[in-house]
Amino acid sequence: MMFLRAIALVSLMLFTSLSFADANNEADINVRLKRLSNELRCLVCQNSTLADSDAPLAQDLRNEIRKLMEEGKSDEEVVAFLVARYGDFVTFRPPVNANTALLWFGPFIMLAIGMITLVVVLKRRAKLLESQQTTTQDHTET
Amino acid sequence: MTLKRLLPLIIFLLLVGLLGKGLFLNPKEIPSPLVGKPAPAFSAPILGQPDKLFSTEDMKGQVWLLNAWASWCAACRDEHPLLVEMHKYGIPLYGLAYKDTEAEALEVLDKMGNPYIISANDADGRIGIDYGVYGVPETYLIDKQGIIRYKQIGPITPQDLQEKIIPLLKELSA
Repeated sequence: MMFLRAIALVSLMLFTSLSFADANNEADINVRLKRLSNELRCLVCQNSTLADSDAPLAQDLRNEIRKLMEEGKSDEEVVAFLVARYGDFVTFRPPVNANTALLWFGPFIMLAIGMITLVVVLKRRAKLLESQQTTTQDHTET
Repeated sequence: MTLKRLLPLIIFLLLVGLLGKGLFLNPKEIPSPLVGKPAPAFSAPILGQPDKLFSTEDMKGQVWLLNAWASWCAACRDEHPLLVEMHKYGIPLYGLAYKDTEAEALEVLDKMGNPYIISANDADGRIGIDYGVYGVPETYLIDKQGIIRYKQIGPITPQDLQEKIIPLLKELSA
């Protein structure tokens, strides 16, 4: 009798811990899904995220992401799944590659051009000012 | 000196040209990463014959077009007459009824003519996801090796057909 009770207790504990693990996993997936779908673009309404969009495709993709996560896929694998189908455009943070190099580095190139132009203009102006001063000095002497 | 004076203007005009071109690009046209890659394999019930399966495996060795469409899609309706025309000329057009009900999809084919040799039924849109479909109609040109060679996003225009699809079909079928 004691033995049976012990078995019942152990199996009960095992069962509850298992279901707890399931619930944890479920909550975990919800959190991951929310975070990830905020970083992915809805392709139908392009300026909203997958999380915000009510488009049927966005719903389908959220379900798909959930399914992949339940299969144990990591966030990176999920993103790779979507990029393989829809291209880099689905990510709001595009990866650095040959196609996006200008996007990433363009602003810095522009900044450099601006700085060089500024320095050149300032130097030239200083020189001009100097020569003007010498000419006014010439005037006062005569 | 004159060149120096004109330089800002030239740069400005180049920038205007660049931004102007960007303004006229269609943001809905996202180049598919699937072009040049194997078409995702699938088998799905045939529209109108739900007990039979259409499989991409059966298409090996053929050049064919897969057109994702739906009865609820207005742009597909616009494209439809051209598809019927293509079918008449013997262009191997296969359909993928995307997130549609069998009855409604069949009704469209009944009313407007059936341009497809076979239309597969992708009721839950799962195949569409594998093909990166995000706005029907979309059309894929698949070669004998099962590689996607071209993707048309949005309705096929007569110009696309003349300048891109037919030449590519000829080239690949040769």
